[in-house]
Amino acid sequence: MMIDQAPALIIIVPLFVSLVLTLAGSLGPRVAYGLLLCGMAGSLLFSLLALGQVVTDNQAIHYRMGDWPPPMGIELVIDHLSGLVLVLVSACALLTAIYSLRTAAEDNPDRLNHYYALFALLVTGLLGMTASGDVFNLYVLLEISALSSYGLLARGRGPAYYATFKYLIVGTIGACFYLLGIGYLYIMTGSLNMLDLAEIISRPELQDSVSIKIGFSLMILGVWIKMALFPLHAWLPNAYSKAGITTACLIAPLMTKVSVYIMLRIMFTVFSVDYIFDSIAWSQVVIYLASAAAVIGMITALAQRDLRMMLTYIVVAEIGYMTGGAWVANAAGYTGAVYHILADGLMTLCLFMAVGAVIYRTGQTSLAAMQGIFKRMPITAVVLVIGAASIIGIPPTCGFFSKFYLIQGAAQAGAWVFVAALLIASLVAAVMFFKMLEIAFFGDLKALEQEPGGGHGHGSHDGHDGHGALPAVARQEAPLSMLIPMVITAASLIILGLYTKEVVNYFIGWSIPAGF
Amino acid sequence: MKRLTLVILAICALIMLAAAVDLPNWADPSSPASTHLSPDFLEQGYGETATPNIVTVVLADYRSYDTMFEAVVVFAAALIVLVVLRRTPRQRSKMVQHRPVREGRDTVLRGAAQLIIPVMQIFALYVVGHGHYSPGGGFQGGVIFGASFILLALCYNLQFTIDRFKEQAVLFCVAGGVLLYAGVGAICLAMGWNFLGYAGLAGILGVSEVMARSHGILLVEVGVGITVFSVMMSLYYDLASGGDLDEGL
Amino acid sequence: MDEIFHFIIGKYNYWASLVLLFIGLYGMIAKNNLMKKIIGMVIFQTAILLFFVSIGAKRGATVPIIEFGPDKLPLLDATAYANPLPHVLILTAIVVGVATLGVALAILQKIQRVHGTIEEDEILEDQRR
Repeated sequence: MMIDQAPALIIIVPLFVSLVLTLAGSLGPRVAYGLLLCGMAGSLLFSLLALGQVVTDNQAIHYRMGDWPPPMGIELVIDHLSGLVLVLVSACALLTAIYSLRTAAEDNPDRLNHYYALFALLVTGLLGMTASGDVFNLYVLLEISALSSYGLLARGRGPAYYATFKYLIVGTIGACFYLLGIGYLYIMTGSLNMLDLAEIISRPELQDSVSIKIGFSLMILGVWIKMALFPLHAWLPNAYSKAGITTACLIAPLMTKVSVYIMLRIMFTVFSVDYIFDSIAWSQVVIYLASAAAVIGMITALAQRDLRMMLTYIVVAEIGYMTGGAWVANAAGYTGAVYHILADGLMTLCLFMAVGAVIYRTGQTSLAAMQGIFKRMPITAVVLVIGAASIIGIPPTCGFFSKFYLIQGAAQAGAWVFVAALLIASLVAAVMFFKMLEIAFFGDLKALEQEPGGGHGHGSHDGHDGHGALPAVARQEAPLSMLIPMVITAASLIILGLYTKEVVNYFIGWSIPAGF
Repeated sequence: MKRLTLVILAICALIMLAAAVDLPNWADPSSPASTHLSPDFLEQGYGETATPNIVTVVLADYRSYDTMFEAVVVFAAALIVLVVLRRTPRQRSKMVQHRPVREGRDTVLRGAAQLIIPVMQIFALYVVGHGHYSPGGGFQGGVIFGASFILLALCYNLQFTIDRFKEQAVLFCVAGGVLLYAGVGAICLAMGWNFLGYAGLAGILGVSEVMARSHGILLVEVGVGITVFSVMMSLYYDLASGGDLDEGL
Repeated sequence: MDEIFHFIIGKYNYWASLVLLFIGLYGMIAKNNLMKKIIGMVIFQTAILLFFVSIGAKRGATVPIIEFGPDKLPLLDATAYANPLPHVLILTAIVVGVATLGVALAILQKIQRVHGTIEEDEILEDQRR
């Protein structure tokens, strides 16, 4: 019985946690933390159960909300793809929740409960979006996750408000474009259910309809704005880099990945391979955009002096990888894109966590904070190296295998621009991380101290390590609550890499859309 | 830059206008939107839920999962505004802001408010309760109910309202309404039906499945009403006073 | 001529909402004052709401509340009632719009408090300092 209800419980459990956290305003921070952990662990458990059932039965689970049959009611659909993304989202959320013990309490001395309630709401929104089988329901959950991310990001320091406002305006434009796209589809088909829509759109009389094309363009454009594809990415680095440590760890890996997942859903579930690559001949343009995103994102990241600014531009570049993989129009590219959702979710989380720990300990956000972390924070440094290796694409980390599939797909499709972009981006990433690790190993303290913009911004820093006495300090490893999730994430990067074949065969292989 | 934006937008507008060629005419009874799902709702809705207002039926039963998240959206808004704006007195003391303090007795205003507020509140309850048979429901009723409190705050002052309806109580209602909605869904789930399958309430309420759906709709509408009215108040409290909850507009 | 006239009149709901849509979008992108950006956002959202709600109209139909015949039996003729689904969707979209507006106003108040202004160029100048 629990297994039958698992699809609903994945989403309901964090929702209830959020409500209870709001109601129980007077409970202590420990209780709030415990509740949050329970909620996230529950989601992960039910996601695993649902995915397990999908794999054993080898067919998608259709869960009818309110027992109404699909085109009239709303259904949740968990197939190989969405099951995998659900597990990724809930696992990342759980790891971040564990990680948040110290940082969240310091960033939010008051209202920790409300902060955690928003945390749980954001996760509810992301999980709901992933599981939903109804385009309008997806919009509502998109707005829930967007709203709660505005709230979380606005908890940052001074400049965060303006950056969040920009994000709010851009995010609303994106969501409204998506809504307008639904409107066009609804006018032409009369349906909102994804599978029903797909069936109606595939009818010959709608193949050449301009309105359907406009609807598709608006929906995709909205999702691109939400996921910060290259020319539309300006809001992302500012908004994400000024957030609190926990917020950045939660939002940066997950929001964009779920948006990519939605793009795949729209492209291959609502519309079909034939429609997208034959009726709408955009794929060349999109591949150029994706290539530009990858190269420009990485080069801009190289130019940054602020650690988190650097990571956010890496996120922009990675979006280019996944978009390109989805639009090269073959099975290898699609596999690469989906596998990269998993890999990138984990490696972005890994890097944000490690950098967050460094910022937490040093109180600095500039590259200078990396000074001698191999001596002071050896475990964090190793985690950072593994994350960096994965971004660059060094085997056996999973970053290598996703890039391998992406390049294979691009080569099969003859998209040499994208192949070149991937290789250049990897090279730039290598340069960037070697620069960072060089500072970490041999950094010349005096040279760095003279640089402006050292950024002693972390106000809530509680001073058990002096700002000024960086090199002299002995080991100051991050607290255990941060180390455990970091080590798990770093280990999972390698484990995922080692089991690439299994993941591709048992999960992604089944979700490759018909027509490839 | 502005000129450029204008030109780009104008081009987009022209493309979209040109694309209207194959959209159905306004109010065309044979358009896909009117012929695909809508007849099913209209013909089956009453029989399955014993509720004549089909908008309510679709809102709170067929698509009640959407509506639950709609209530969650307003809940989230209240929470975010609180988290962003609300300041404790300790934080406020760093910066003193002068607000005009309203003196005097606005007898006419207060008299009018006393006259109209009870009527508004009764009407709001009617709108919530009569949503099955006429236009109305939790959102509309909740908004009217919340507006009556905002009127009170405007005609007296914010402090007067807060003394009668504490911030903590408002927050309790905000989460409580959504909890009622989600709780109804969870009870259905516990009774062996799917989440929000109101037919699962039949055993508890001792009525037929069709009537159970009707009662389920009422229950969730009440939940929505509570959330919406308290969110209105919570938003007003925080936005009107800049998060200080002292003087207000 | 007659056809063009019918084309314009027959689809006027789309024209109206598209014009509003682009007015709102222009306001959101081009205006310097953040409050005006928010106003643009509201216009933009309202345009989409109008677009959606106009789908629900059906000639010769009344509000989708089932009426009862003289024999107390419900009249279940689908052509007599308007399409209920767009109304439901709109209710959701309105609520989402209101929530976004509330959050935007709260953040705007915070910006005003931190930077002392809500003009975009002055905020950027303030940040550079």
